[in-house]
Amino acid sequence: MYEKEKDLIDAFMRGQVDRRGLIRGLGALGLAAGTAGTLLNFGQTRALAADFDWQAHKGKTIKLLLNKHPYADAMIANLENFKQLTGMNVVYDVFPEDVYFDKVTAALSASSPEYDAFMTGAYMTWTYGPAGWITDLNEWIKDPAKTNPNYAWDDFLPGVRNSCAWNGKPGGELGSEDAKQWCIPWGFEQNNITYNHGMFEKAGVKVPGNMDELVAAAAKLTKDVGGGVYGIGVRGSRSWATIHPGFLSAYANFDQKDLNVSADGKLSAAMNTAESKAFHKQWVQMIQESGPKDWSTYTWYQVGTDLGAGASAMIFDADILGYFMNGGDNKMAGKLAFAGFKANPAAKAPTPNIWIWSLSMSNFSKDKDATWYFMQWASGPEHALFGATKMDFVNPVRQSVWKDDVFREKLNKSYPGYVEMFDASAPGASIKFTAQPLFFDLTTEWAATLQKMVAKEVPIDEGLDKLAESINGQLKEAGLG
Amino acid sequence: MTAATVQRARPSGFRISKRALPYLLSLPALLVCIGILIPFLTSVVYSFQRYRLSQPWARQFNWGDNYISFFTDPKFWNTLQVSLLYAGITVVLELLLGLAIAMLLQKRSTLNNFISIMLLMPLMTAPALAALMWKLMTNPGFGVLSYLASLIGLQDFRWASSPSTALLTVVLVDIWVYTPFIMILLLAGLRSLPTQPFEAAALDGVPRSFVFFRITLPMLTPYILTATLFRLLDSIQQFDIIYAMTQGGPGDTLTVFQVEAYLNFFQSTNVGRSAALMIILWAITYFLSNIFIKNWLRLRERARGQA
Repeated sequence: MYEKEKDLIDAFMRGQVDRRGLIRGLGALGLAAGTAGTLLNFGQTRALAADFDWQAHKGKTIKLLLNKHPYADAMIANLENFKQLTGMNVVYDVFPEDVYFDKVTAALSASSPEYDAFMTGAYMTWTYGPAGWITDLNEWIKDPAKTNPNYAWDDFLPGVRNSCAWNGKPGGELGSEDAKQWCIPWGFEQNNITYNHGMFEKAGVKVPGNMDELVAAAAKLTKDVGGGVYGIGVRGSRSWATIHPGFLSAYANFDQKDLNVSADGKLSAAMNTAESKAFHKQWVQMIQESGPKDWSTYTWYQVGTDLGAGASAMIFDADILGYFMNGGDNKMAGKLAFAGFKANPAAKAPTPNIWIWSLSMSNFSKDKDATWYFMQWASGPEHALFGATKMDFVNPVRQSVWKDDVFREKLNKSYPGYVEMFDASAPGASIKFTAQPLFFDLTTEWAATLQKMVAKEVPIDEGLDKLAESINGQLKEAGLG
Repeated sequence: MTAATVQRARPSGFRISKRALPYLLSLPALLVCIGILIPFLTSVVYSFQRYRLSQPWARQFNWGDNYISFFTDPKFWNTLQVSLLYAGITVVLELLLGLAIAMLLQKRSTLNNFISIMLLMPLMTAPALAALMWKLMTNPGFGVLSYLASLIGLQDFRWASSPSTALLTVVLVDIWVYTPFIMILLLAGLRSLPTQPFEAAALDGVPRSFVFFRITLPMLTPYILTATLFRLLDSIQQFDIIYAMTQGGPGDTLTVFQVEAYLNFFQSTNVGRSAALMIILWAITYFLSNIFIKNWLRLRERARGQA
């Protein structure tokens, strides 16, 4: 490396030059953006190595289980740097999401030592943690001998970091003092509105500011845009995944809960209150009037591709789904915009429920210390910045990345409203479910009930009362209610 | 040299006593049987336990509680009803269609042979893939079947996404995939029937319907029973088509045994309940198999004139 470039990068690493200044400086020295990026990576690797013995596990190999996802792609693209930094080898299996969690469950329930670390969602750790399949990562995070001094654990967005920590007590608060850190957040999704501004203009609809406006806007878009376009895309398959995105985000904005937790720690269903019934009525009406015709088969994939193909005018789903539909070869690329959504007119801010792609360590790993070396690198600030600026690693979980000018500029340039949406909703973003081991049973049944309501198989009040009764029975049977 | 020395000098390979030989010959079958029985017996044990992977501390034998809870659970009765209905409808329709096609193709000719091979194509498609193809074809926005339905006045036909038509849709997929299986079995049966009774009937000018019901069908019954047994056992255990199309929905419309057991294990990690569901499904298939095999044996005996 040339001395001048090296000095400039070192100054950046010491914090004496900001990122914009670094890029400007490298440009002035005649380096193309690609070369500058490579040099920066080298510089970061050297800087990391200077403060910590990254070579402690040199020669070891760890194996990862990954879901096919842009987060995994970004990590794989940067993996060579980790190998150079540590002298370790990393091998991995990548599976599509349809079968990914079955593979994880099969490997962990068989106590297989094949995989050292794997991608997971925070909800899954409510099963994996109590089952003894994953490790409490506090042991490593809090050990300065095992965690590099630049790791900056406090840099993680607090709501996201806490959502990966649970004390294992059904109904226990996420991120409590006695919580175990079952996973490290990697990237996350807030559930907000992504809309097609051309269609909104055509129908003369403004961005909805509450649930009433959302229902009305979706109906008007369905009526006025034409060409078979429907107003709003939300998930509808018979799965827990139907409940957690837009539905729960709006539901939680009305201060509604999935479960009540009594003083003695007993759980009971909370979705048959008068407020909840009123909310369900609006949600069901919105799908019946303005949702896709085959809503009950809709997963995130159909919700996203309809928006990208111009078949729907907006979605109330993961913000990153809108992000990806606004790029690539999608028909509507560049025509989408983003907005935070506050369903309750009386609420002060959006309260999006979040999905967190995280990294967990298998309890059956043969070398947990070496595995932690990979995990701290993959969730470290350098890789987060690389992923966010060079790849599509949105949404990053680190505050420092969100403050990075280059990253914000990248978003502002191609994703109008994304940064504002993020800034408005991030303070209220967290997991809104009650942490407990029957999560998947109860939410799948909730989704099935929602399907029955939309299909008019059961009236909403009766459906929710029956759902609550069934959930209370299951909680009792499991010793939780 | 003594006789004993001669005997010792003779090249002697590995010797197996006559008493051990039968056991040795049946050893591979025994090993396979053990390989099947171990997981089966493990499932039986699990089905008598309260065993949820997310609550390992609560694992204990609850003996028949998993089974007893099913009998008071309307969802279980729905599962039983949907599974039997699905199996019954698909088998009957596939049998009728398969028999009709087989009879059309009965006469050996180059064209018939070609058509029968082409008709086997759906059978070579993985059922889950077939389900995804049908999901696209029935898409209300761009699906070709939705378009065709609109031509006959069904403007808003919801296919698998409506509780009233979901069963019909998955049955159609099953028929598309598996009718060729029945067709090929019955075609083989039809072509192997002796020709004399048919020639005699033709000489006597017997009506074709009489020939079909009194000659063809009785002689074809062993083949029909075999095909029905295979399809019945398969369709009552249906998973891939239903799961790929609807995940058991809308609501609880298509929560057949395998879908319920899969969700109980992989999603809820409720091993005990999942195992109990599978044991009940095993009992049903065992019962049905017995009926069919007994009837098949009875027919075979009758054919030999020993009944």
